[in-house]
Amino acid sequence: MALAVELRQVVKHYRRGKEMVEVLSGLDLAVPEGEFLAIMGPSGSGKTTVLNLIGGLDRANSGSVTVCGERIDSLNGAGLARWRSRHVGFIFQFYNLMPGLSAERNVELPLLLTHLSRAERKAHVDIALEVVGLSDRRRHKPSELSGGQQQRIAIARALVADPTLLICDEPTGDLDRQTADEILVLLQTLNRRQGKTIVMVTHDQKAADYASRQVHVDKGMLIAPEDRP
Amino acid sequence: MKYIPLVWSGLWRKRTRTILTFASIVVAFLLFGLLQGVNAAFGVGVQSSRLDRLYVQSRVSFTDPLPMGHLAQIQTVKGIDGISYANWFGGYYQDQKNFVFSYPVEAETYFALYPEIRIPPEQLQALLKTRTGALVGSELARKFGWKIGDKVPLKSQIWTHPDGTSDWVFDIVGIFDWPGDANQSRAFYFNHTYFDEGRAFGKGTVGWYIVHLADVTKGPEVGKAIDALFANSPNETKTQNEKESTQAFLRQFGDINFIVSSIIGAVFFTLLFLTGNTMMQSIRERLPEFAILKTLGFTDGAVLALVLAESLLLCLTAALIGLGLAALMFPYLKAFVGVLSLPLQVVSLGGGLAVLLALVIGGIPALKAKKLVIVDSLRGQ
Ligand SMILES: Nc1ncnc2c1ncn2[C@@H]1O[C@H](COP(=O)(O)OP(=O)(O)OP(=O)(O)O)[C@@H](O)[C@H]1O
Ligand SMILES: [Mg+2]
Repeated sequence: MALAVELRQVVKHYRRGKEMVEVLSGLDLAVPEGEFLAIMGPSGSGKTTVLNLIGGLDRANSGSVTVCGERIDSLNGAGLARWRSRHVGFIFQFYNLMPGLSAERNVELPLLLTHLSRAERKAHVDIALEVVGLSDRRRHKPSELSGGQQQRIAIARALVADPTLLICDEPTGDLDRQTADEILVLLQTLNRRQGKTIVMVTHDQKAADYASRQVHVDKGMLIAPEDRP
Repeated sequence: MKYIPLVWSGLWRKRTRTILTFASIVVAFLLFGLLQGVNAAFGVGVQSSRLDRLYVQSRVSFTDPLPMGHLAQIQTVKGIDGISYANWFGGYYQDQKNFVFSYPVEAETYFALYPEIRIPPEQLQALLKTRTGALVGSELARKFGWKIGDKVPLKSQIWTHPDGTSDWVFDIVGIFDWPGDANQSRAFYFNHTYFDEGRAFGKGTVGWYIVHLADVTKGPEVGKAIDALFANSPNETKTQNEKESTQAFLRQFGDINFIVSSIIGAVFFTLLFLTGNTMMQSIRERLPEFAILKTLGFTDGAVLALVLAESLLLCLTAALIGLGLAALMFPYLKAFVGVLSLPLQVVSLGGGLAVLLALVIGGIPALKAKKLVIVDSLRGQ
């Protein structure tokens, strides 16, 4: 099966003053297409760092990063931005919606970077809103929506340009159990029905259980569940 | 076009702040339009001056009189084919605020030197025949409802009769037109002889001489020759062409250009800091939003362009409204500047200034947004 994500010998370190902090030291990770992967691990272990590398938001210091068939570590800044807009949808813990824009305008944002006409954009937005079940809240501003609704709008925005890969950093971290379950069911459905590859970071074992596979990161290395103490 | 809602939402995030900023830009450009418009209107007067007429005035001050005896001597200078003289009168009609640009002139010769003044020959004849006659500009006549045959009293701020009164009575014998110059169409001309006989002091003097050049290019030489005639005499002269003389006249009211530039400069300097600071603050508050846009695939260049577009939208619309208001108010200034509409060059200058303002106040925030690193912003740094 083709791989949606392949990280090889990825090293990432940050410089904090004179000190070098090595967050990832030769990480290998392969995510087959169509997988729903949960990445777990203690705080500060480097989970967000891994997601940012996969999503092309950050660059590794060494190693190769291949996502959706492309060596994204060799793209320049603008190339990486264009690549993101076509291939990846992002979902964050705190939704990261544009507070000044209505729900539908938020969902439309990724489409502004395409050549779609106004009518085509509207059609895509309508579908995405319908998928997340919020067609009736399209004119609401984020501040007029609940946390769960905001996250659904964020998911609609992540979906609207039809990317192959969804990247979720603790998507339910700010939600109560029931709302979290609804969001996870939605992600699971997207994975199963639409074949979206999903890489999700979570602290929550219940959330991880929705995934088709779980991996653990600790001290910059992957640990398979069976290796865990 | 599709980005406009995005740009707009950025501006509209803090409504009160944006409205206040907008209002201050509108006011600044309103002021710019009015002041620069007035300035340009005066400039038009200077531009339309002719170079074939020279003005001979007292070297000391243009309000100082010259002896009438200068006339014969000036006429001896080569290159002159016409000469006349005039004086200040400082007249007003009924009330001090109804100032009238009134001049006693040597009527036989004066109007020949001013082909711009359109006057029916029989009316000019009437002036020559009527000691108390006066020719009034069409605008002035309209303003006070004067007609030919009216008896009109003017009071002079300068000239009294021997009995101490300053009422002068004139018979309107003609109405002239000065096409294209509303200011000049408000003038009031009458016979110098009537003036000279009636005044209590200053008899035998004139305010200035007007000399017509046979060859327009010989202005400087003729001017020097005239001034040389009276060098080291008690009544030295200063001869200038009309343009220099108009400028010198305007300078009496202060260097309008300088004043206007200073005011506009001060206003825009303040505006730059005010709006620049606001813009900076507004973008800084929204850096996380720009990080979101970048995450979604907006390039650094696109984010830079968005911020500049915001700044341009704000400055250009506010400037256009300000200039538009100035254009609407301009006709009411007609009495003062004599030009009906806001000169186009002022509008385009204002537009250019607005773009410049937008680039200056948007530039630094735009670069800041461009340089923003997504992961740092997501991390909340
Ligand atoms: N820009 C940075 N500068 C310095 N150190 C950084 C930077 N980004 C991340 N780190 C460090 O890298 C380590 C991993 O961070 P990361 O955010 O990937 O952890 P995480 O597993 O997502 O943690 P959490 O569960 O708390 O979100 C942390 O020790 C963090 O302090
Ligand atoms: Mg994290």
